[in-house]
Amino acid sequence: MKELGQKVLAGNVRSASRLIRNLEDQIPGTHVAMQQIFTKTGNAHVIGITGAPGAGKSTLTDELVYSWRQRNKTVGVLAVDPTSPFTGGALLGDRIRMLRHAEDKGVFLRSLATRGSMGGISKAVGEAIHVMDAMGKDTIIVETVGVGQQEVEIINHAHTVIVVLVPGMGDEIQALKAGLMEIADIFIINKADRDGAASLYKEVSNMVHMSVTEGGWEIPVLLVESVQEPKKFAESVSVVCDKIEDHYRFLMDNNLLSERLRRKTAAEFNEALWGAILQPVLNDLDAGGEMEKMVDQLLKKEIDPYTLAAEVAVRYKNKV
Amino acid sequence: MNKRAIKILLAKAGMDNQDKEIRILARGLREQGGMDVIYTGLYCSLEEIAATALREAVDLVGLFVHNGSHLDLYPRLHELLVAQNVGHVPVFGGGLIPERHRQELKAQGAVTEIFGPGTSTGSIIAWINQVLTAGEGGEIV
Repeated sequence: MKELGQKVLAGNVRSASRLIRNLEDQIPGTHVAMQQIFTKTGNAHVIGITGAPGAGKSTLTDELVYSWRQRNKTVGVLAVDPTSPFTGGALLGDRIRMLRHAEDKGVFLRSLATRGSMGGISKAVGEAIHVMDAMGKDTIIVETVGVGQQEVEIINHAHTVIVVLVPGMGDEIQALKAGLMEIADIFIINKADRDGAASLYKEVSNMVHMSVTEGGWEIPVLLVESVQEPKKFAESVSVVCDKIEDHYRFLMDNNLLSERLRRKTAAEFNEALWGAILQPVLNDLDAGGEMEKMVDQLLKKEIDPYTLAAEVAVRYKNKV
Repeated sequence: MNKRAIKILLAKAGMDNQDKEIRILARGLREQGGMDVIYTGLYCSLEEIAATALREAVDLVGLFVHNGSHLDLYPRLHELLVAQNVGHVPVFGGGLIPERHRQELKAQGAVTEIFGPGTSTGSIIAWINQVLTAGEGGEIV
């Protein structure tokens, strides 16, 4: 454990992989390595990419990686599946397209299994980002599936958030209004050759004009061509790349980066406290079989959860 | 406190494009076995498979071969894993491989086990659980 953090700082892929694995599995003691690397993090530009399954995020991510490699930047990719890391066949689309970068020493491509408790996913993602950052990656892309509270939490770890849409997903816009709207820095309309691209573009643009952003950033709505037209596709993704870099500069020029960082840091500390205070209590209650008894009591309606939680809090207050 | 989940990489290499079996296995390992499964899809190079095994820090690699290139593929995959410093990760196989070739590959140390056609997912799951508790693969750093 002791030297794992040091090896990660030296850019050792195997150590970084093992450390992320320990984070996935929530192995006790993992924080030792995290402590070693923490002060060396904070140099990477973190980009979140989200959107419904089938929106073409992986293909887009793959091309973005290529664009950054062309610009001599090193890239980390973290593919998060709130459901499972199964990436075969038609089940979750194919991340396997990104395999062309598998052997590139300048790219660290990694999926993240997300088991564990409430909030555990977001915590693991944040920590895995730190690992890639500590390895010295310039840009880190976090790709996540779907739209929901979990996504918003994951995406909170990013400096620049990209929401990918495709024509013909009627409910998508409704879902956006419900939550993702606030977090998008850039909208991409993918597969722009499809029917309905123009009306989707109009709808999103209208929404964007009504929204108020931090520091007055104008949220771009970018069209990305079909992957069937490799040249056009590459060109439009290169434009996306430029916009992402523009956004990063905008954040820096307007001191917004430090504000975001502050929020992120506070959220991480919150998670660390959660782990340091609540987890031991839960472990303790589980180990003593008390948790089961309490659930039984609650089931029988002998007591309510609020009173019970308050009792537990009083009991542990001075212990932790 | 936390028990590690088992994480497996399933792969097909080169132009061998018969992947029905491996997809069924992938689903079975995930649903019955509760394992994390990464399937890298068709037309992968062995280098890509080894690089992915390293980056994903998997406990096991399963390579299935249906086109007769098994005597070539398994030893090369093993070499590549060793070169990546993940030679301790057991490789298991499956597909259309004659019994004597299975024995040969096992004797060489290129694979830990090769399952013949018609092996049930349940028995593969049982084998995996046994191999990994026997202390092979997924070492904890």
